[in-house]
Amino acid sequence: MPTTSDVEAALTRLAREESGRVLALLARRFRDLDLADEAVQDALTTAARTWPVDGIPTNPPAWLFTVARNRAIDRLRRDASARRRTLAAAPDLINADESTTSDSSGGLDMIDERDGQTIAEDQLRLMLLCCHPALDRDAQVALTLRLVGGLTTTEIAAGLLVQEPTLAQRIVRAKRKIRDAGIPLTIPVDLAERVDVVLGVLYLIFNEGYLPRSTDTVVRIDLVDEAIRLTQALADLLDDEPEVLGLLALEHFHRARSGTRTDHAGDLILLEDQDRTRWDGPEIDEANGVLLRAIRQMRPGPYQLQAVIARHHAIARTAADTDWPAIVAAYGQLSAMTDSPVVRLNHAVAIAMADGPHAGLAALELVDGLENYHLVHAVRGELLARAGRPDDATEAFTAAIARTTNEAERRHLTRRRAATRPA
Amino acid sequence: MEYMILLYSDESFEMPAPDTAEFGEFMGEWMAYNQKLIDGGHWVAGASLQPTATATTVTKAFGAVPSITDGPYVETKEQLGGYYLISAEDLDEAIALAKEVPIPVGSFEVRPIAFRPDAA
Repeated sequence: MPTTSDVEAALTRLAREESGRVLALLARRFRDLDLADEAVQDALTTAARTWPVDGIPTNPPAWLFTVARNRAIDRLRRDASARRRTLAAAPDLINADESTTSDSSGGLDMIDERDGQTIAEDQLRLMLLCCHPALDRDAQVALTLRLVGGLTTTEIAAGLLVQEPTLAQRIVRAKRKIRDAGIPLTIPVDLAERVDVVLGVLYLIFNEGYLPRSTDTVVRIDLVDEAIRLTQALADLLDDEPEVLGLLALEHFHRARSGTRTDHAGDLILLEDQDRTRWDGPEIDEANGVLLRAIRQMRPGPYQLQAVIARHHAIARTAADTDWPAIVAAYGQLSAMTDSPVVRLNHAVAIAMADGPHAGLAALELVDGLENYHLVHAVRGELLARAGRPDDATEAFTAAIARTTNEAERRHLTRRRAATRPA
Repeated sequence: MEYMILLYSDESFEMPAPDTAEFGEFMGEWMAYNQKLIDGGHWVAGASLQPTATATTVTKAFGAVPSITDGPYVETKEQLGGYYLISAEDLDEAIALAKEVPIPVGSFEVRPIAFRPDAA
């Protein structure tokens, strides 16, 4: 009999790595996202109950597919109002009786052969559906983690620091809109545009996980790892599309430094003060490889440029070795592509590093629309301090402190302000 | 499925005067759009409305006599100026059709029809 931790590990792996594929497949087969989702959840619950007794099946994904499909069929049979859908699923109803055993080792592989490329396409369709522009950003994030990532509502709520009922409600509403507004499970004609939305959602998930914050919740879920896993999956589905690889490289570069971003008390450590010997060398190599695969294709884009910038930081032996002029150039291109005030802010910081605080302050003047963003004031404070204007710097830090909602950042800014005050 | 496309735009925007070349072009775009909906099997119904200056709002409340007020239900920067009722495969197709409505500046709300008694 397997140990509890064996079963738990196998179940988690199954949920995270396979449930999205199975759900995508069933959602297309039955043309019903809700039905597919419920069937997969049911099957996972059954696994949690039976595996500790019956043992872990030899092919868990095939097991999941078979059990979930049978659950879906059972529900359709019971549900008299679903008669039209039952007709559409008739071939499955007939086939279902051949494989009602709980462990059919060949299940998913058979499907793989029969449907050729379609499992990959199903997964892509599901990802595009979860990130449909007709859904709001919060719903896109929640649905992607839940349906594609296979996370539970409890885990997602903990990861995003929202109340579980709020998150559950968000998912229910999104699924209802998908059904009632007729949002299709298709590969759209404007694929590039829609992939951009998916990338935005994945990067948001990554950043949610990357934000340093106190984790006093019982359930620990690493959204950084989840985002990387999903981005990798998207890169596989889209045959190494350069912007997808750009985001993937960017995420790897960031994660490689994640262990050195805060001290024991959870306080922020600035990039220039981080212990670079503790950066994850193999992960930086991995990121370099991914970025190279993207850049070789000669189709630049915002994520690739951000990865290029992250790379310059990651490969500098010391903070003083950082190639700031190259970073300034990359930000210049990024600024031209995105026209985002946050990018202009970062551009100003890079200019200050390359050409001194006065040049940086001049560039900062061009940043508008971010008056309530604490980092603008924090940057101004740093540059004013370096330019030898402690009174103005103190004022800027005070403005930054008033605008941050993050406790670690507030402590950091308060320390900076204290250090700036003239003795 | 059927969708209603509610067309909101700034009604103070000057329309080209009849008998001008601009007017012909303006009407031509609408005719072409309507024809596209008909040819594609999307057309169910459509209409343009008189300006909100002609609107009257009837408000009912429990236990009160319905009140009548001059003007639209809500004053907004862009006003409801017309609608299309279309038939489309799914929301993506409805959105694609809404994008092509020949109004240069405006917002078009796309809503699925829940029930229509006279639907075939």
